[in-house]
Amino acid sequence: MNEVILELDSVVKRFGDNEVLRGISLNLHRHEVVCLIGASGSGKSTLLRCVNLLETIDGGSITLFGQSLTDVRIDPDKVRRHTGMVFQSFNLFPHLTVLENVLAGPVRALKRKRSDVYDEAMQLLDRIGLRERSDEYPDRLSGGQQQRVAIVRSLSMRPALLLLDEVTSALDPSLVGEVLDLLRDLARNGTTMLIATHEMNFARDVAQQVVYLDGGVLVEKGTPEEIFSNPQHESTRLFLERVR
Amino acid sequence: MVNETDARLSEEAPSFFAPRRKQLLLGRRAIVASTLSTVLIIGGLFAVFLLAPGGATVRHFFFNPHDMWQSFVGDHRDALSSVGLGLLTNIWVFLIAEVFVLTFGLAIAWTRMTKSPVLMPFRILAIIYSDIFRGIPVLLVFLLIGFGVPALQISFISNQSLAVYGCVSLILTYSAYVAEVFRAGIYSVPHGQLLAARSLGLTNATTMRRVILPQAVRTVVPPLLNDFISLQKDTALLSILGVIEAVQAGTIYQDLRFNSSGLVVASLLFLAMTIPLTRFTDSLIARDRNRRLAST
Repeated sequence: MNEVILELDSVVKRFGDNEVLRGISLNLHRHEVVCLIGASGSGKSTLLRCVNLLETIDGGSITLFGQSLTDVRIDPDKVRRHTGMVFQSFNLFPHLTVLENVLAGPVRALKRKRSDVYDEAMQLLDRIGLRERSDEYPDRLSGGQQQRVAIVRSLSMRPALLLLDEVTSALDPSLVGEVLDLLRDLARNGTTMLIATHEMNFARDVAQQVVYLDGGVLVEKGTPEEIFSNPQHESTRLFLERVR
Repeated sequence: MVNETDARLSEEAPSFFAPRRKQLLLGRRAIVASTLSTVLIIGGLFAVFLLAPGGATVRHFFFNPHDMWQSFVGDHRDALSSVGLGLLTNIWVFLIAEVFVLTFGLAIAWTRMTKSPVLMPFRILAIIYSDIFRGIPVLLVFLLIGFGVPALQISFISNQSLAVYGCVSLILTYSAYVAEVFRAGIYSVPHGQLLAARSLGLTNATTMRRVILPQAVRTVVPPLLNDFISLQKDTALLSILGVIEAVQAGTIYQDLRFNSSGLVVASLLFLAMTIPLTRFTDSLIARDRNRRLAST
């Protein structure tokens, strides 16, 4: 197995009195795909946001490439430049063209010259078949196309780790496939991913590790085979029955 | 078998025709109805103006073509200021104030919304500033600045013309309003935009400049233009400091020639200035509305 790049140790997150993460521990290896499953409100999204420092944790520790993210000397912007995040609601920048969206990270965050990163951005768009639409604005694209652009926008930063937060949940059922195909493609190429998802078949296909969360507690984790075919806990069994 | 009380559906075919009186307002008759009501209302108002007991007097004192022309051009041999030339003062004060108001308004909105710990004192100052200048009537700001600042006897600052103090008063007041407009615009940008930008590793300042503000400014253009229409009109307050602008020139004409036509001329000139901006603002709002309706 490859080296551990992300280490969560008893992570706790509260919103006021509401404890949404109750001591989550989890390791993620390089080139590994881990899928987080669980009902809405189980803490999947919050966990991803904590890794990306969009939320600060109230207990435990998160270690990324051997550096504790709770250390006050950590620059959150630098952490985020190496951990791409894709959201349920795409969040493409509506005032920028598709190409400008993809260039935003390298040019505005890394301060690289536009001409130096242009080719790479076009290659990424080529990969998702949207090279011809690079000059259009996001609202001219379908939901599936927008989400693929959002994924590629994250990839433009060459992140060491990609966090995906229910990226197909806002899509028409007919558009889910094209987005999942792109993720499968990324997984095959060894992209390290932490994926919150409701797509069980997809999780079974791509994940090396599946983690079931319930009410902010990590109930069970294991290989897809273990979780889907032989769940050990009653609540996991019930959840899987409900979503099936 | 159908029970009387349980049967919810009527057996009878319904009639969809409007009652007689309402039929007069339907179809092509609507055009007739609207023309008729317009002629009646506008004509009625005009008739009141013409036939009022004092109608002739008002026409003589307010709408006299000779006096209107005289007040418009003025007469320098007679110390009679020109309303037309006075308007130039309103225009330059407005143009200069507008540039500063936009700059300060944005700066204040930005200051109030940054989270940088170093800017804490500025944030407090910005809040106090907004509270004060949105709370004091513009008229009082004019009087306090116009008579107070010269009394301070600080070189340069206290030696400016009254028009400059008027301009400063407008800048102080309107910056506070425009800051709030910008702030509302910034809040109107969906939170996901901020999350997306920050998760790419853009700094707070870059996110604001490249992602949030460009979207915020687009939504606040109509309300901003409304504030500018208001700013154009409020340049008339320069008259209370004794600055000879359009309204003051009209008042001087009134005092010397016992005729108020100069004030009507000033009103017409203000309308000539504001109506293009008003129409432009409304068309922008309509365009924005159409675009949003089309996209849903």
